Amino acid sequence: MNYELPSLPYEMNALEPHISAETLEYHYGKHHRKYVNTLNELIAGSEFEDMPLESIIQKANGPIFNNAAQVWNHAFYWNCLSPKGGGEPVGKLAEAIENSYRSFHQFKEEFTKQATALFGAGWVWLVKGMDETVAIEQTKDGDNPLTRGRIVLLTCDMWEHAYYIDYRNDKGRYLDAFWNLVNWDIAASNFDRG
Amino acid sequence: MEHKLPPLPYDKSALEPKISAETLEFHYGKHHATYVNNLNKLIPGTEFENMSLEDIVRNASGGIFNNAAQVWNHTFYWHCLTPQGGGQPESALGEAITSAFGSFSNFKEKFSTSAATNFGSGWTWLVKNSDGRLEIVNTSNAGTPLTESKTALLTIDVWEHAYYIDYRNARPKYIEAFWELVNWSHAAKQFAAT
Repeated sequence: MNYELPSLPYEMNALEPHISAETLEYHYGKHHRKYVNTLNELIAGSEFEDMPLESIIQKANGPIFNNAAQVWNHAFYWNCLSPKGGGEPVGKLAEAIENSYRSFHQFKEEFTKQATALFGAGWVWLVKGMDETVAIEQTKDGDNPLTRGRIVLLTCDMWEHAYYIDYRNDKGRYLDAFWNLVNWDIAASNFDRG
Repeated sequence: MEHKLPPLPYDKSALEPKISAETLEFHYGKHHATYVNNLNKLIPGTEFENMSLEDIVRNASGGIFNNAAQVWNHTFYWHCLTPQGGGQPESALGEAITSAFGSFSNFKEKFSTSAATNFGSGWTWLVKNSDGRLEIVNTSNAGTPLTESKTALLTIDVWEHAYYIDYRNARPKYIEAFWELVNWSHAAKQFAAT
């Protein structure tokens, strides 16, 4: 089975001025595509050849894991952003965030802190825990919370390639952009389904 | 003891066109400077306050290790580059490379492949082991041979911030630029000193 690069859920310039078309040309058109192509090269003739992506992530390690997880992580990340994003969540997710972090404001501050403090390449996630709670997790390189059986609600890519074209070393400004684009509808439906 | 950002051994524009002045403005002027500043904020009142940088790297963990090791790694990296660089090592180091890797071109190919496939943020090193043998090692994030009783001879920074301004996602092009700037006399000095 050959994996294909999933289509971007919006135009390359749809996230401007927060995230530039140039960033998406590289981030989606080069990085994400390369992970797909490398995964296809690596799984050909292996036990992973006909497995769904989620199963590869659960079972593989080394380069096959790295590329499979990065394919999954990026597809998930694109859906966490939207030109009509921003604002605050409503409904059950909003309640869960308030229960776990006291207020949306405190949650946002904590997520931003963990994202900007993440050392090296990685991802910051909002995950659903037991009893309708939510938690923030950091993962390194290609790793993601799926491998520990978590339900993921939202992610922010903290690899330097996600923000270096637009913001250079200024992670704080990239996080501001992220909050202006965050797709709470998707996060809420991940919460309701999980 | 306050740690200081060591001076760059050449002008910011000296490595052009291989590595731009803009890259050095960010890489040296922001990233390296931030590691120094963070280290100075983290150590007051700790056992590390009056230690040499090398001793902090060898003994610390977590945030203090990350920032101290990145200060050391970057200082070492700047000395591995020079506007008059490139070519091949001579004399004892040249012979040691040939005897460890078969030929200089085998070494160059192996080092380039290690650097190109180092997943996430990190460094690729040529080191001298305690038995005198040469070896190529990859480290992740701030990882450094200093903690493993190996002598660093040469390094290339493969964090994306080292090459994204000049080469975007094309890490192999940056590695080619590295070979044209590599400071073999600095590497030979490290080799002879141990």
